[in-house]
Amino acid sequence: MAGERVVLVTGVSRDLGARFARSLAEEDVDVVGIDVVPPRHDLGRSDFIRADIRNPVISKVIATRGVDTVVHLAVVAAPDSAGGRSAMKEINVIGTMQLLAACQKAETFRKLVVQSSISVYGASPRDPAKFTEDMSARAQPRTGFGKDSLEIESYVRGLARRRPDVVVTTLRLANLMGAGVDSHVTRYLSLPVVPRVMGFDARLQFLHPSDAVAALLLVTNRDFPSTFNVGATDIVTLTQALHKMGRPAVGVPQAAAPLAATLVRRAHLVDFSPDQIDALTYGRAMDTSRFAAETGFVPKFSSLAALEEFARAAQPGLLSPERVDTALDVVSQVLRTVVARNG
Amino acid sequence: MADAKIIQLGSGGPADRGSRTSPSASARRLAPPQGGRRAANSRQAPEADEPPITPEPDPTPGSEEAPATSPFGALVNELLKLASRSLRSLKSLPISQLEALVADPVHAFASVAQAMGVDWDESLEEIVAFIRSRLQGDYAVDAFGFDPEFTTRIYLPVLRRLADAWFRVEVRGAENLPVDGSALLVSNHAGTLPLDGMILQTVVYDEIGRHVRMLGADLIFKTPYSHDLARKTGTTLACQEDAERLLASNQLVAVFPEGFKGLGKPYADRYKLQRFGRGGFVAAAIRAQVPIIPIAIVGSEEIYPLIAKAPALARALGVPYFPITPLFPWFGPLGMIPLPSKWIIQVGEAITTDELGPGAADDPMIVFNITDQVRETIQQTLYALLMQRRNAFL
Repeated sequence: MAGERVVLVTGVSRDLGARFARSLAEEDVDVVGIDVVPPRHDLGRSDFIRADIRNPVISKVIATRGVDTVVHLAVVAAPDSAGGRSAMKEINVIGTMQLLAACQKAETFRKLVVQSSISVYGASPRDPAKFTEDMSARAQPRTGFGKDSLEIESYVRGLARRRPDVVVTTLRLANLMGAGVDSHVTRYLSLPVVPRVMGFDARLQFLHPSDAVAALLLVTNRDFPSTFNVGATDIVTLTQALHKMGRPAVGVPQAAAPLAATLVRRAHLVDFSPDQIDALTYGRAMDTSRFAAETGFVPKFSSLAALEEFARAAQPGLLSPERVDTALDVVSQVLRTVVARNG
Repeated sequence: MADAKIIQLGSGGPADRGSRTSPSASARRLAPPQGGRRAANSRQAPEADEPPITPEPDPTPGSEEAPATSPFGALVNELLKLASRSLRSLKSLPISQLEALVADPVHAFASVAQAMGVDWDESLEEIVAFIRSRLQGDYAVDAFGFDPEFTTRIYLPVLRRLADAWFRVEVRGAENLPVDGSALLVSNHAGTLPLDGMILQTVVYDEIGRHVRMLGADLIFKTPYSHDLARKTGTTLACQEDAERLLASNQLVAVFPEGFKGLGKPYADRYKLQRFGRGGFVAAAIRAQVPIIPIAIVGSEEIYPLIAKAPALARALGVPYFPITPLFPWFGPLGMIPLPSKWIIQVGEAITTDELGPGAADDPMIVFNITDQVRETIQQTLYALLMQRRNAFL
């Protein structure tokens, strides 16, 4: 049966899509990658078709290539990479709608894997420490990526209802972190001086791209019809992340956070939606035990290890470990003389 | 057949529903006659006719002051005595020490820190290594944001001084604290600010070397800095999911079911337990089949005697109450120094839940009964401790 499988991967011109298509193509599977822009990364043995999932032509691709599995990775987390919030919404929500409409008609279609996100859980001070798949957001995300992810998931549920013969797997991925990852979180942590909400130390959960690819491969190759949280099992705090990155932080009162986010956006540094500010204020984490129990998946990278890999590859910050060492040596020298003088 | 008997309803005046200032007709009928209509219409101060439940100790022997007529009188008396004592000890402070402070601030700071007993028990190298690891982010926090290193090396040593020197905490029944396995500690909650939780965490760690993971209200996690500190020191949101997750992972969990109702009750209501929530903590303990350990804390009520709550100001600030104490806000930050009351923490015997079976958590009657049992145990222990206590501050 291997070799007859045809997998359609959307969003292959982006980093995660390219990595996934490349790994999958090595496994004796026909991989058809589509995206609206030409691929920037090596796609290995997979084919590339330049097409827009918002265009009905997608159903022709599915029919002519006899696609049996669709892996939907064309979701955009940040408005600036899509060209504005409305374009982002159109890619995420309308794109998913069109793609699923095309899938529903296709007779060869047997399996759907959708990339969702930790942001469906929102972020609020009333959140439990870890979200399981059965919990819903205590504060429903009303804007931005969280809202898009919720709508994507609801369309996916609709398809699962109408096509009960199709295996539908939704993976709620934690924030990607690792060398070379470009997301709103990595851009934020790479700012020379990082504005942060005063008095809050968000808990951050990361997922290394290689673990994300491994999880996607796992659910593509075997059937797990469910929704799963995928992320590293540990968390790091924002303070810890900033120390690892060697970035000094400047406290912003919570009331002024949206204003600060606007300034950062105007400066073309990072684009935040309100739900992402909340996530970086209160923090959130997912319980990944269901995915581990059902699939036996063990992430290779902890959140801390993924962050360290990113920090090693990134520009060293103002408070790099070397500088901290030097400063501490000076301070301890001074203290030692004081102590010696006191006897 | 006799004629039907006519039952008069609301005969003591106009049949009305009453208002904020005047009781309703039926309420007037229920009340015992007290000096005719005037008494029925006048607002009654609840303290006036009902003696305070707190067994007030006899005035300290040898004191010339007139016996206090109200709880506040007694409190003020005790405070005055305390103030004069501390003034006397201030006078004995040698002036030469002050001069040394001006001459060499670094040295003075070091010796003051030493005198205050901020004792990290380490050499300079270790302290520097510690700071290095903190600044480079080389430490681990758990999923709740709990940072054991910060808690044991910075937070608890500071609180330990507060517990030992300031509140002179006396722990009774420490043998009831479990050295392994999970358990749910249930305690009374008082004192305007949740210092009782912090002190409880400190003494339990010192007794058995286990960290208490507390469950707190969402306001804690909404408020800047309090969010940060609470998560770092092991507190998490009081919700079913977190309680069960902690209890399932062999943790000692503490809960204060009175919540803000207990924390922000007026001084006149001290040591009267408030409603114990909806019994959610009992359901969690039954589901996890862990014992419930009642804890009574005496002394926390006197640290910030709450006179008024300034509801309008509290609403404007978005907090449950704005505390007005004899010292706050009149003395500014000085008013935030807790009064040095003498604390007694009594750990009660465990109430086991494992013989009930996990299904009992869905039986509201069982949950209510255990809730009541826990509440009564704590209340009776509080009364017993208050009887033994000589004075709130000595």
